Amino acid sequence: MDTLLSLLHGFSVALEPSKMVFCLIGVFLGTAVGVLPGIGPALTVALLLPVTFKLDPAGSLIMFAGIYYGGMYGGSTTAILLNAPGESASLATALEGSKMAKAGRGGPALATSAIGSFVAGLIATIGLAFLAPVLVELAVKFGPWDYFALMIVAFVTVSATFGDSPLRGLTSLFLGIALGLIGIDKLTGQARLTFGVPELLNGVEVTTLAVGLFAVGEAFYVASKRFRDPEEIIPIKGSLWMTKEDWKRSWAPWLRGTAFGFPIGALPAGGAEVPTFLSYSTERKLCKYPDEFGKGAIEGVAGPEAANNASAAGTLVPLLTLGLPTSATAAIMLAGFQQYGLNPGPLLFAEKPDLVWGLIASLFIANVMLVILNLPLIGLWVRLLAIPQPWLYAGILVFATMGTLAVNGSPAELAMLFAFGFLGYLMRRYDYPVAPMVVGLILGPMAEQQLRRALQISLGDPMILLENPISATLLGIAFIALVAPFVMKGLNQFKAAED
Amino acid sequence: MTNDTRTQGANKPALLVGVLLLIVAALIGYDASQQTITSTYGVGPTAMPYVVAAGLVILGLAHFLVAFREGLPQPDEADNKALLWIAGGLIFLIACIGLGGGFIIAITVVFACTARGMGRQGLLVDAVIGFVLGLVIFLVFAKVLTLILPSGPLERLFL
Repeated sequence: MDTLLSLLHGFSVALEPSKMVFCLIGVFLGTAVGVLPGIGPALTVALLLPVTFKLDPAGSLIMFAGIYYGGMYGGSTTAILLNAPGESASLATALEGSKMAKAGRGGPALATSAIGSFVAGLIATIGLAFLAPVLVELAVKFGPWDYFALMIVAFVTVSATFGDSPLRGLTSLFLGIALGLIGIDKLTGQARLTFGVPELLNGVEVTTLAVGLFAVGEAFYVASKRFRDPEEIIPIKGSLWMTKEDWKRSWAPWLRGTAFGFPIGALPAGGAEVPTFLSYSTERKLCKYPDEFGKGAIEGVAGPEAANNASAAGTLVPLLTLGLPTSATAAIMLAGFQQYGLNPGPLLFAEKPDLVWGLIASLFIANVMLVILNLPLIGLWVRLLAIPQPWLYAGILVFATMGTLAVNGSPAELAMLFAFGFLGYLMRRYDYPVAPMVVGLILGPMAEQQLRRALQISLGDPMILLENPISATLLGIAFIALVAPFVMKGLNQFKAAED
Repeated sequence: MTNDTRTQGANKPALLVGVLLLIVAALIGYDASQQTITSTYGVGPTAMPYVVAAGLVILGLAHFLVAFREGLPQPDEADNKALLWIAGGLIFLIACIGLGGGFIIAITVVFACTARGMGRQGLLVDAVIGFVLGLVIFLVFAKVLTLILPSGPLERLFL
């Protein structure tokens, strides 16, 4: 009952006309930026963060919710019409989606992805609203050691699930953690790794790193190989609407996708690519028309799209209740919270219930707006896709610069942005995943703080991490997740040798 | 078939990454060793840097191993001229902001240079687009969001 009351209260906050306008602007901007090729939701949120800079916290977080969902929807539009997934979570969507578009069924593909996202987002947000208070109760009892162990789990799974080489994933993660060391140590006030440069005392901004790696890096990367793979927009032919048959084939995959997406997203072991591919292979097995897979089966769009959206709502569970970001997008959202001096976690639910429940309620509203806004506006988004690549990337760099200058207008910050951009280019070139670095930067200092707090309480005895059942279990999970890929690889090599 | 015929030795990019990781580890370790304040209980501000440095050493060595095995993925040849155009625009931007040239001129150059790097051949048209874009962004930030982006002589005309 409490949850329902809180949620109702949240709606009373989010349904104020001014907040609705923020939400609408957020959904619109999020879709418009997210639809641009090469820009995933993480980058959409990072690029648009400065726009919300001067609004009040409640309004800007609500706008954020809109940007988040809009960015996700925009990303799937690009995946379907360009066969250019902006992030790994829409890879599965692109598989069947682009085939459908080529077969002249781009309209229904976009429609099933929009309505599937809506259904999944709705169910997952209900899940979030009911799960969050339970987790908050639990999180209050968490000691620093438990938080530390939780972060270790997040570290390991984040670097293992991104990219196909654990070595490159871990390298990216450790460099991120190393960047997180830069600046003043919060517990002793000592400067670390600043080398006497005053601009480094405040540490590396998450948004600077994210925009540098994702946006500037992507621009360099695309420029460096621009002659090789010209992208082609597939025009939408025929009806935009789904037929009765389409509906019949879509509803079950939507629900199954949601069932995969939400729990996996809500676990600290987040990452949206696992549920999307699980959903894809499940639909492939269950489909009555298995021949159509690979040629544009609507189930292959409906399922993964729902899984993607549900897991995005799922990642908000650990983010809001524990302050634990489990994806690059969540990491940037956390940076957004911190921009207003808010620290997500159990305390936020107690101190700022208006804000938290207003945010959750506005997720519902954003979802509804997305469907109402996007189905009629598909034509407009398609035209955005047609912006010539040179102008598109020039514009992206302009936006990246603008964002950095709006938050911190120093040339040193710009230099960092471009240095990270070049690093991001090199990492893309040699197939290092960039997202773990962002997660490392934001989680590293948090993990360190929790560990030191834990060891202060135990008077320096590290066994405290293993003596508590929760932290011991979590560390065990992290260990298995770390070792498993190497063992599996070893087994595979063994098998290959036998063949 | 499974026998790899590549025998030209180590994979250079992987070796280079390994060396760079070791250098970063050394830097972090050195910085930590220079810290003066240590904690009374538990671990101080130097523990985490040492752990990270150790991790980077292991990863660096693992890269050496990889260098003598499969190596890093072989990238396509890069279009260096395109990269130079974009980098040039960005360096101009830093200088322009640093020396007080203002936001609009900086954005004009970045837009034009990036578009040129990506293969367009209309530097003048692109500069005009960039100028308009910069002007609009500056005005929106200044009037709607009350946030003044770096200003030079040009921007002061509008304030």
